[in-house]
Amino acid sequence: MSKYTEDDLKKELETKEYEYGFYTDIESDKLPVGLNEEIIVAISKKKEEPEWMTDWRLDAFKKWKEMKEPEWANVKYEKPDLQKISYYSAPSNKPKYNSLDEVDPELLETFKKLGISVDEQKKLAGVAVDVVIDSVSVATSFKDTLSEKGIIFCSMNEAIKKHPELIKKYIGTVIPKTDNYYAALNSAVFSDGSFCYIPKGVKCPMELSTYFRINEAGTGQFERTLVVADKGSYVSYLEGCSAPSRDENQLHAAVVELIALDDAEIKYSTVQNWFPGDSEGNGGVFNFVTKRGLCEKNAKISWTQVETGSAVTWKYPSCVLKGKNSVGEFYSIAVTNNFQQADTGTKMIHLGENTKSTIISKGISAGKSQNSYRGLVRINPRAKNSRNFSQCDSLLIGNECGAHTFPYIETKNKSAKIEHEATTSKIGEDQIFYCNQRGIDTEKAIALIVNGFSKEVLNKLPMEFAVEAQKLLEISLEGSVG
Amino acid sequence: MSQLKEKLLSSFIAFEEQKNVDSYVHGIRTKSIKKFEKEGFPTKKMESWKYTSLKKVLDYDYKLFPTVTEALEFKDIKDFLIDDIESYKIIFVDGKYCSHLSETTHDGMDICILSSALSQSKYDLVIENYFDEIAKKDGITSLNTAFSSEGSYIHIPKNVQVDKPIQIVYFSTGKNESVLYQPRNLIVVDENSHVEIIERHQSLSENRILVNSVSEIYCNQRSIVQHYKIQDDNRNASLIDNTFISQQRNSDYTLHTFSFGGELTRNNLSIFQNGERIESTIKGITIIGENQHVDHNTLIHHKEPNCNSYQDYKGIFGENSVGVFNGQVLVEKEAQKTNAFQANNNILISDKATINTKPQLEIFADDVKCSHGCTVGQLDKNALFYLRSRGIPEKEATALLMFGFANKVLSSVSIPEVKTRINDIIAKKLGVKIGFDI
Repeated sequence: MSKYTEDDLKKELETKEYEYGFYTDIESDKLPVGLNEEIIVAISKKKEEPEWMTDWRLDAFKKWKEMKEPEWANVKYEKPDLQKISYYSAPSNKPKYNSLDEVDPELLETFKKLGISVDEQKKLAGVAVDVVIDSVSVATSFKDTLSEKGIIFCSMNEAIKKHPELIKKYIGTVIPKTDNYYAALNSAVFSDGSFCYIPKGVKCPMELSTYFRINEAGTGQFERTLVVADKGSYVSYLEGCSAPSRDENQLHAAVVELIALDDAEIKYSTVQNWFPGDSEGNGGVFNFVTKRGLCEKNAKISWTQVETGSAVTWKYPSCVLKGKNSVGEFYSIAVTNNFQQADTGTKMIHLGENTKSTIISKGISAGKSQNSYRGLVRINPRAKNSRNFSQCDSLLIGNECGAHTFPYIETKNKSAKIEHEATTSKIGEDQIFYCNQRGIDTEKAIALIVNGFSKEVLNKLPMEFAVEAQKLLEISLEGSVG
Repeated sequence: MSQLKEKLLSSFIAFEEQKNVDSYVHGIRTKSIKKFEKEGFPTKKMESWKYTSLKKVLDYDYKLFPTVTEALEFKDIKDFLIDDIESYKIIFVDGKYCSHLSETTHDGMDICILSSALSQSKYDLVIENYFDEIAKKDGITSLNTAFSSEGSYIHIPKNVQVDKPIQIVYFSTGKNESVLYQPRNLIVVDENSHVEIIERHQSLSENRILVNSVSEIYCNQRSIVQHYKIQDDNRNASLIDNTFISQQRNSDYTLHTFSFGGELTRNNLSIFQNGERIESTIKGITIIGENQHVDHNTLIHHKEPNCNSYQDYKGIFGENSVGVFNGQVLVEKEAQKTNAFQANNNILISDKATINTKPQLEIFADDVKCSHGCTVGQLDKNALFYLRSRGIPEKEATALLMFGFANKVLSSVSIPEVKTRINDIIAKKLGVKIGFDI
């Protein structure tokens, strides 16, 4: 048997096709391409939204028109033509399902290929899945169990109609409409998303999850998620993505807002596997996401993410630590291969006293990819005794990729303690040699090392999700070494 | 800001008329002023100037070509020199070379001034090969290039061990006017040679001074250059120091920057490693207080394999001072087996002080070891208690701990007299009367 070297791994990774790249032929109900006020009004009408929502969208659009696409990120791409995208697409045959049997069988097939069929999920450890295919929720499960506890978990559209007071109160409070170019765009045209409200003192009995998929060619995906955890409550929210192969670039500009009121805790986990483009760098999804959480007194927000997909990723899940003793956490693995580019990281804004934040970021780059960590830790003058620990490690596989770190640390308080460290290295030959000596072949050794490298973050994922995350790591990087 | 720019642009013509328009540098100056006209002064909108605004210091009616107002004597400047060692001295007063205070040489090496190097044909080859070769072409550096006429010129030929350190000191005496100085240094160290350089800018009056200095340093094969920058100027003086270093294979460059004084100090430092097995070490101590702003902006560009770089910057920030560290390490695809280390440790001793730090790694090669560490914290309370319980007053105990914190940087200073001098300045800065001689 010939020796398995890093070059072999590289070759294998390059030729590895996107396994989940398929396209389900469902008739879609689409709006004409382009973006103007009429389109926005049309989207709003299609969603049967109240007038205040339409005005909110139009206001965001007005502000968006004055904004420019940001260029500071360490990524290069051809800017998507936002006038060539259809801003609304929903599966057309949309009956209200009571059971899975009524669901379009083709859709079910899609889930099967993904390895996460709805019925299987239902049986699995009490995971409620709010399935979003091309922006519109078609099936929501476990609703009854949740509503008993007073938990609201539904699509954004439904929430706007049924719980306007909550939406009005919280939407756009963490991420203002004018926050950035893509957040403003999202505010204007968002198609649907999930809304979750956990009442006072309630511990959500199950992991909530939503699967996003981009299914229709040439459709921008503009999800909007809002999670509100009232005083003393707890929720763990999972989000996973997978998109079919497409040749033209698709745009995904989501907005996620988390609000943790006093003593509440939100755990938000993401496994992201948008189509990364083929080995030549053609196609792939542009992922420009704005995610931010607000912590009130004693609250905690924890972001965990596994990023394996997208041609271009641009994403900074952040925490605003407003209340005393609040805690923000960020755990991330970002894997890039072939021509992928990722510029991800986090922002920890310490406003209150005794606030703590932890950042663990692991970047793995292979092929000709570029992987950047960009983070900000800001300690405001009033944030006494705040504490931050950041660690960013990068692993390089092959000599054509790049790893970059851009940490920004701004401190205005003398009692703050901040530690930041970053390392960049490749898999050490001595490490592989050590494994070889003990009878572990190179293939397994690399797997072992990569796994060990990312373990700190993988461990933070909920059990149900960790399995899928590992699977995605295998596809995007480890190939047969996993 | 724009007023100053207009003034600079209009006075350029008058400045050039006095110079030899047929010379090689004339073309460079003309090109540079155009560049400056286009780029202007840097603003906070630029990523590398995000935390430092020049607005405050540019808002004065600076005189560009001061006249020497009074002759200085050695006793006036003694305090600002490392006077207890033998050394070559290149002393400038109000932008003009001051021969009676200086000690230069042409014996086997050139330790002299740029204006004579620019005007004599025997230096043409060096000027054409090295002048403005590595200096960045941004607004602020181009401005200096356009007006470059005076500064130090050091050329150490092959296989020379310079017998004593070289001190380059720029004094400003101007009694009642604000002045903008633009000194330009060119230092070429040839194969296998060794030199030690101590550099300082000092204002002797209460007037507003802005210095925009550019230094180009060329370290050829196997050369060793040890460079010290002592920045302990008056509170009304500001300094923009642009230093560019080009290293050839097996060369070793070490820089220590001691920033204690001045209102605004910006150190732009770029090291380009153009060969294999190069060592670059840059270290700094910053201790500042009221209304002071120090910004260290460093770049180490690793272009070839098997090179090392080491950065260690320590800062102590009191009152409403602002500290900035922006350290960039760039490792090119070819630069395999690079070891790059970067540390930036900061202590804030006041609630009004701010520290902004951005250690940045950009790596395109896979077989490298690069790491950076960055901390912001306070003095260890237990250590403080330990000292106080042994009868050391709080002020002294704090000073001892701070000194201990900064000492790691000092330990690599190779001239003992420089070390003693820095120790004294630190003691004064921390307001204690104890010697730190260890």
